[in-house]
Amino acid sequence: MDFSFSEEQTLLRNTIQSFIQDNYDFDKRREIIQSEEGMSKDNWSQLAELGLLGVPFSENDGGLNFGSVETMIVAEEFGKGLVVEPYIQTVVTCGGFLRRASESQRQEHLPSLISGDEIWAFAYAEPQGRFNLADIKVSVSKKGDDYTLNGDKCVVSGAPWAQKLIVSARTSGDQSDKKGISLFIVDKASDGVSTRDYKTVDGSMASEVSFENVKLDGSSLIGEEGDSYALIELVADETIAALCAEAIGAMSVLNETTVEYCKTRKQFGQPIGKFQVLQHRMVDMFMQYEQSVSMTYMVNLKLEEEDVERSKAASGAKVQICNAAKFIGQSAVQLHGGMGMTDELNVGHYFKRLSMIETQLGNADHHLKKYSLAS
Amino acid sequence: MDLNFTKADQEFRDEVREFIAENFSSENNAGQNIEKYHEVTSDQMKEGILSWHKTLYKKGWIAPHWPVEYGGVDWSITQRYIWDQECANAGTTPLIPFGLTMLGPVIIAFGNDHQKDWVLKGILSGDDWWCQGYSEPGAGSDLASLRTKAERNGDHYIVNGHKIWTTLAQYADWMFCLVRTSNEGKPQEGISFLLIDMNTPGIEVKPIITIDGGHEVNEVFLEDVKVPVENLVGEENMGWTIAKFLLGNERTGIAGVARSKKAIDKLKDIANSELNNGEPLMKDSSFNKKITELEVDLTALEYTELRTLAKESQGQGPGVESSILKIKGTEIQQKISELTLEAIGNYASPYITPLSVRNFGSNYLEVGPEHTQGVAQNYFGMRKTSIYGGSNEIQRNIIAKMVLGL
Repeated sequence: MDFSFSEEQTLLRNTIQSFIQDNYDFDKRREIIQSEEGMSKDNWSQLAELGLLGVPFSENDGGLNFGSVETMIVAEEFGKGLVVEPYIQTVVTCGGFLRRASESQRQEHLPSLISGDEIWAFAYAEPQGRFNLADIKVSVSKKGDDYTLNGDKCVVSGAPWAQKLIVSARTSGDQSDKKGISLFIVDKASDGVSTRDYKTVDGSMASEVSFENVKLDGSSLIGEEGDSYALIELVADETIAALCAEAIGAMSVLNETTVEYCKTRKQFGQPIGKFQVLQHRMVDMFMQYEQSVSMTYMVNLKLEEEDVERSKAASGAKVQICNAAKFIGQSAVQLHGGMGMTDELNVGHYFKRLSMIETQLGNADHHLKKYSLAS
Repeated sequence: MDLNFTKADQEFRDEVREFIAENFSSENNAGQNIEKYHEVTSDQMKEGILSWHKTLYKKGWIAPHWPVEYGGVDWSITQRYIWDQECANAGTTPLIPFGLTMLGPVIIAFGNDHQKDWVLKGILSGDDWWCQGYSEPGAGSDLASLRTKAERNGDHYIVNGHKIWTTLAQYADWMFCLVRTSNEGKPQEGISFLLIDMNTPGIEVKPIITIDGGHEVNEVFLEDVKVPVENLVGEENMGWTIAKFLLGNERTGIAGVARSKKAIDKLKDIANSELNNGEPLMKDSSFNKKITELEVDLTALEYTELRTLAKESQGQGPGVESSILKIKGTEIQQKISELTLEAIGNYASPYITPLSVRNFGSNYLEVGPEHTQGVAQNYFGMRKTSIYGGSNEIQRNIIAKMVLGL
C-alpha cells in the first residue's frame, strides 16, 4: 500500500503549479473570463507546449502515456487555479473516447488535439434526460454507409471553443434503452450544426447545440454502432474522477483561505478564529476535504477495474465530493461574512465552480442511487 | 387556543385579495423583470420598485404596523398576518424596509416633533428613499466597534468614515447612520444616530458587485460631510439604544414564511415538470423527501411565528423569538434555493444576469426552460441571508445568552 507520488509525478505537479503561478493569478483569470472569447488561446498553446494535452495518450499516438494518477494531478492543480480552459472536456472526456477509437481515427484526430490546434467537447445531455446518459432522443438514421443526425443537445460544456464534437445519439431502441446508442465525431462547422453559446455561472462557457440533417460518413462512428453505452459510462467515470480531483484542488484553496481569514479578521477584540463555533466549522471543512481526497485517490486508482467495481468507485467518490463541495463552499462564504459575497474576492468564484461540479455528470442523489443499485 | 380565522378575518382576506388582484400588476415591476432590466435606467428601476409602494400609499395601507395617528392602519395582528400572506401569494414587489420597517418606528419612538413630521411623511409617500448606514469594514458582527466619526462644529456635525454593505444606497435620498460621537466609556456609549442627506457634498457611493452578479450593496464614503445638528435623533450618545430598538423591529416579517411557502410551491411546480428517468422529478423518492421535510420545517416556523405574533398582540414585546425566526427563516430560504438549483439539473449552469445581458447582449436570454432562469444566481445570492442582519452565529449567541442564560 502506497499513496505517495513518484518523483516524476511531483515534477509534473511543479510544472503545472508554475504555469498557474505565471499565467493564472486571479486578476488574469478575471480578464480571461470577462473577455468575449472566454478562454485564453495563448494558455492553451502553452499547455500543448508543456505536453499536458497529451497526458493520457500512448506514445504511438504522440502522447505522454501517463495514467489516471497523472491526470488527477493535472486536474487538482487546475482546480486550485480555477482554470477555465477546457482541459477535462477535451483531454479527459473526448480524449477518453478517442484513445479507444480506431487506428485511423486516432491518426486523423489526435495530432491536432495534442498540438492544441483543436478543442473538443462531448455533447451528451438532453433537456429531458437529466443525468441519465442513456436517455437520448438525438437520433441517427442510416442509408448505406452514411448517417443523418437530428436533434438537440443542451449545456454542452466547452462547446463554444470547440472545433469538434463527440455526440451520443440513438441509432436504435427506445428513448432510455442502453442498447442502440452510438458515438459520432461531428465537425462543428458541418452544415446543419447550429449552436447557441453562453457564459456559465462558474466562468466557463457552454452551448445549446442543434443538429438538423447533419450528414456523417462511416469514418465518424466511434466503436460499434448501437453498442457504445458501456464506453460512455467508462469515460464518464474517468471524467468524474478528474472532476473530483479538480474539486479537491478548489476545496483546498477555500479551506486555506478561510483559515487564514479567520486568523486575521478581528471582531470583539480578537481574531474570529478564536471562537469555538467557527473553529468547529473549519474542522468539519477540513474533515470533509480529507474524506474527499481519500475518495478521489480511491476512484483514480480503480479506473482500471471491471465495470461494476469502477462504477461504484466513481459514484461513491462523486457523492462524497458533492456533499463536501456544498459544505465547504457554503461555509467558506459564511465564514468570510459579507466579504465572501463579493465578486471581488476569489472565495465566491471557488464556491460557484464547486457548485457546478456538484451537478456535472450527476449530483449526489443520482450517484447515491447508482451506487446502491450496483451493490 | 384557536387556530381558526374568524368570519371577520375571512372577509378581510377576501377584501385585500380583491384589492391586490385589481391593483398589482407585475408588468410595471421592473426590478423583478430581468428581461427588461438591461434596458431600463436607474430612475426607471427606482420608479418600478416604488410603484407598488405608491399604490398602497394612495390606499392608506402602506404602513400597517405603525400607530394610526402616524399614518398606520388599524389592523389586528391577525389581519396584518393575512395581509402579508396575501401579498406573498400574489408575488407583490417586496417593500423597501429601510424607511417603513426600520426608521419609521425609531422616529415614532425617539424623534422630535419636527422629525416626526418630515421623516414620516417622506417614508409614507415614498418620496424619500432611506438606506441604512450601520456596518463598517472593521465593524460587522461587532457593530459597536464602529469608527465613523461625527464631530460637533457649531450647529453642524462633521462626519468622516466608511460604511459598507449599504443596501440600495444607489437609490437613496437619505441615510440613517450610526456615528461615533465619543470615545469615552464602553464603545456602545459613544454612538449617535444621525440622519444624513445623501446629496451632501463629501458622500461617495461605490457599488459592490456580489457573487450572483447583482448590484444591491454599496460602500459609502463620507468625507467632511456637514450634517445639521437638528438631524440627530434622540440624545447624543444614545445611538446604541436606538440601534438595538431598530434591530428588534427588523424582525417584522424576517421569517419570510409566506414568501417561502410560495417559493416551495414554485419548487414543486419545477420538480413536477423536470424529468428524471422519464418520470417527473417530484416522484423521485429522495427528492420528494427533501421537499417534504422542508415543508414540515416551514410549518413549524409558521406556528412559531404565529405564537410570537399572538404574544405581541397581548402586549408582550418581542423577545429573543426574533432570533429564532431569523435563523430558521433564513435557513429555510437557503434550503429552498438549494433544492431549486438541484431540481433544474444541467440548466443550473447558464449565467444570465442583468450584467451579462448588458455586456453580451440579449442573445443571452432564454437558455433552457423559463423556470430555470436565475435559479443559480438566486442560490448564490441567498447565502447572504445567514450573514446579514446579525449573522446566524450571532443570533445563536443571543439565544444562548438571553434565553438559556449561558
